[in-house]
Amino acid sequence: MNKKNKTELESIAYKVREHIIRMSTDGGCFTGASLSCTDLIVYLYSNFLNVNKNNLKDPKRDYLFLSKGHDVPALYGTFAELGIVERERLKNHLKTNDFIYWHPNVNIPGIEFHSGSLGHLLSVSMGVAMDCKIKKQSNKIVVILGDGELNEGSIWEGLLVASSLKLNNLIVIVDRNEFQANMTTEELVPLEPLTNKFEAFGWQPIKCNGHDFDELEKTFESLPSQPEKPEVVIASTVRGKGLPSIEARADRWFCNFTHEEVELLLKELYSKEKTELKSETLIVR
Amino acid sequence: MNYEQKLLELIQNDERIILMTAENRASVRNLPSKIGDRFIDVGIAEQTMVGMAAGLALRGRIPLVHALSTFLTMRAFEFVRTDVGIGKLPVKLVGAVPGFLSDGNGPTHQAIEDISIMRGIPNMNIFCPADEEDLLIGLEKIVESPYPTYIRYNNLTPSVKHDPKFEIGKAEIISEGKDVVILSYGILLKQALEAAEILKLEGKSVGIINLRTVSPIDRKAIIKACRDSSLVVTLEDHFKTGGLFSIVSEILIEEELICNVLPIALKNKWFKPALLPDVLKYEGFTGEAIAEKITLELEKANYQTAQFYF
Repeated sequence: MNKKNKTELESIAYKVREHIIRMSTDGGCFTGASLSCTDLIVYLYSNFLNVNKNNLKDPKRDYLFLSKGHDVPALYGTFAELGIVERERLKNHLKTNDFIYWHPNVNIPGIEFHSGSLGHLLSVSMGVAMDCKIKKQSNKIVVILGDGELNEGSIWEGLLVASSLKLNNLIVIVDRNEFQANMTTEELVPLEPLTNKFEAFGWQPIKCNGHDFDELEKTFESLPSQPEKPEVVIASTVRGKGLPSIEARADRWFCNFTHEEVELLLKELYSKEKTELKSETLIVR
Repeated sequence: MNYEQKLLELIQNDERIILMTAENRASVRNLPSKIGDRFIDVGIAEQTMVGMAAGLALRGRIPLVHALSTFLTMRAFEFVRTDVGIGKLPVKLVGAVPGFLSDGNGPTHQAIEDISIMRGIPNMNIFCPADEEDLLIGLEKIVESPYPTYIRYNNLTPSVKHDPKFEIGKAEIISEGKDVVILSYGILLKQALEAAEILKLEGKSVGIINLRTVSPIDRKAIIKACRDSSLVVTLEDHFKTGGLFSIVSEILIEEELICNVLPIALKNKWFKPALLPDVLKYEGFTGEAIAEKITLELEKANYQTAQFYF
């Protein structure tokens, strides 16, 4: 794998954020959630996972499962920049002539499995990891969970079972942006101390900054650090990262901007000067 | 040959098969030591088991997952529907102690709405063998089929020599009858046969159909029964809502057929927890009780026909 340097990664991440902003109109999408895991996804597909446009069906490829499926614009944006999906295709967002909507669909190249209902893809990725282990293949299986998603009981059930099955080829990443749909995680159902919870469930936790490519590189390079345990990367992130006018705001999770706002936000992405947003803030849950 | 032995044979001949259980080992107790890492016990975690099965199926495996019917179809329902169903994955859901088989467990363990909820999932097949022999006859085709399938498992001793020819969506016609045809699936075939013996002594012509797969269902066999017989009975250890009676009703309306149908099912209540023979007696599902209900219905039907005629 030809690893990309920090400048290259940052440049791709900017492009992916542009895609997300452009998908945040004419019906909109989960902009805030998508921006928080953009850097993670860009890093993983560029420098960590052995999966690219030429090996999407190869049983020896690495797998990424997006369990918090509503941030799929970050994934589609990354696919577009890495040549897995044509850039033009993203214009079909929410159109009936394609399969690009608010959650992942397997008709889009690179999507391993559909999601949308929270708390599902940990167990699905465990099945994939189990098969790779039985076949003694060295694929890496990565699953991205939202921190709000950790409210789901099926996650904790899966965590228990995964450690009992010693699925050391499985890496969970928590996109720890500290928000769930309407408010912060700590206001609703507190998750902290989160690393202790994972440790108690038999997992090896490691924390990192989910927006710093140097730190992401250091963190993922160090895996696997425990031969017997599955590992969890708790990535500190910011909801809406990259757009100061919506960063870390509870009411900017799902966004449906006007066309004018989209143009202003594309400028804000580079200038970091806050845009005055007039579009309605949306709470969809 | 029993279920375990048949499974072992299938597993040895097809490396795609993986055996899973949520710590319900009763039907596969002797297999772990024989099949190594192709046996996975996740503990009491039905949702995780079904999700994992979907993941294994994504990798080309055919997982046979074992749990009690209630917990497999209800606790894990959304995993069945969302991961296995939407994914159209060939996961085989083997539900233990369905219908009347939960004995003294009580309503928590009574899977008597399982057919109803499983048949609501697009592409989900449902296999309801009458007994162990019937199960073993169908098992290979069910496992090799590309469809997700719910198996209403039982290992009862057969009460009839079954037709060894098995097709998904094709019923086993045990006998044909002009007065009444009893449609049944699963373990109540035995009671249907007993009822038929009684009715035959009364001079009635009785047909019996063992449906085998409830989804897809043998429409032709059902339509023929409705056309050829004065009365069709839907016999099931399931709620009247959503099961065979509902399926037959849908077919009759779709085909614009009019026919006398007697549902023998559980009507909006849980059954009395007890051992199977006592449950059958208490709930009116013995051969005698079934025969009595049919005789009454036939009298009523004849009376109505006579009234119409004059």
